[in-house]
Amino acid sequence: VFKRFVEIGRVAFISFGPHAGKLVAIVDVIDQNRALVDGPCSGVRRQAMPFKCMQLTDFVLKFPHSARQKCVRLAWEKENINEKWAATRWAKKIEAREKKAKMTDFDRYKVMKAKKMRNRIIKHEMKKLQRLASKKGKKSEKPEKSEKSEKPEKAQKSAKVQKA
Amino acid sequence: AGEKKPGEKAPREKKRGKKKTGEKKPAEQKPSQRAVGEKKKKIKKHHASRNPVLARGIGRYSRSAMYVRKALYKRKYTAPETKIEKKKKEKPRATIIKPVGGDKNGGSRVVKIRKMPRYYPTEDVPRKLLSHGKKPFSQHKRRLRASITPGTVLILLTGRHRGKRVVFLKQLGTGLLLVTGPLVINRVPLRRAHQKFVIATSTKVDISGVKIPKHLTDAYFKKKRLRKPKHQEGEIFDTEKEKYEITEQRKSDQKAVDSQILARIKKVPQLRGYLRSTFCLSNGVYPHKLVF
Repeated sequence: VFKRFVEIGRVAFISFGPHAGKLVAIVDVIDQNRALVDGPCSGVRRQAMPFKCMQLTDFVLKFPHSARQKCVRLAWEKENINEKWAATRWAKKIEAREKKAKMTDFDRYKVMKAKKMRNRIIKHEMKKLQRLASKKGKKSEKPEKSEKSEKPEKAQKSAKVQKA
Repeated sequence: AGEKKPGEKAPREKKRGKKKTGEKKPAEQKPSQRAVGEKKKKIKKHHASRNPVLARGIGRYSRSAMYVRKALYKRKYTAPETKIEKKKKEKPRATIIKPVGGDKNGGSRVVKIRKMPRYYPTEDVPRKLLSHGKKPFSQHKRRLRASITPGTVLILLTGRHRGKRVVFLKQLGTGLLLVTGPLVINRVPLRRAHQKFVIATSTKVDISGVKIPKHLTDAYFKKKRLRKPKHQEGEIFDTEKEKYEITEQRKSDQKAVDSQILARIKKVPQLRGYLRSTFCLSNGVYPHKLVF
């Protein structure tokens, strides 16, 4: 049922508080509610932090409990946590949310146009396939073709959003 | 020569303080001559008040004592007026001679130019208290939001062009903003807009080289109202302009400005379409959360 556990070396994401949005590694457990935490590569000083503001990630580092910051840093850099984190969907979603909030009026217009164009293309292809299907009767080949044609259009749209 | 100068400057300054022009040492003839020339060009330093203050508004010396202390007997710049000069002074004309028409009326009358008042109020109007800093509108300080710079795209919020996105040109003398569609893009002509009823977006068009004609001022844009109701009632409503007519000058000015701006708009991709579109809110869109 539970896949991520609080353990020494677990990398956690801080969701609120002064260090919101940063990654830390759990160095030691203080009591039921707090952990000793350190984020040498993310700008968080070694400190006690309540579990409530931490959200566990999939990454675990290897270092003994109460290891000093240098060891934590070595382990962090060996595992390349910063890059791995940026590649996760979680981090990408956060980034997308930030970008959306920063969108200016002009950007919103550009996104609207891109979305409109994309939907038009999709609809166009769908209609084409529907017409073919209705003409030639039910055949198993047609629904497969429609899935393949949607994927390249989705890639186009995400590229446009990233540009803006 | 350079070494001499700092040495010479010190005695020169002392001389200035005492205001002695008579003393001339032979060795320092040239610098003192220079000093006199310099005095004429430089403004004389004003002496501090020669009347020490006893309490606020009360000086130690009387007027006559101050006259002596300030040596005003020496400081007379105009010669006193002689009687001949006084007589020669021309007074402004007090009366004028006007002709009278008709028969047996004596031909002309002497009429006073400045006449006695025709009414004296029973109670004198009380003196108004002094007020401070109350300026008329023409002298008010005009402010402009930092987010509005020439070339900014603004969203108009009121008026017949509400919701339209428009290019800002400059701020006029009364503080209103001069703005243009451009006309071919969204049918907004050269127009004035109020700063308060406008959203400034962060999108800017580069208007650095654009020359805006100087005759586009508030007077140019002000609404014209006819004022001459010699004929009373009935015809008043006809004379007032019902239909606004676009003058040829407006068209030419619009063309002159827009041609310059359109060229720059075309350089930015999708900007033309952006200016053509209108701003609107929909579900889930909250203005306080939007970044413009």
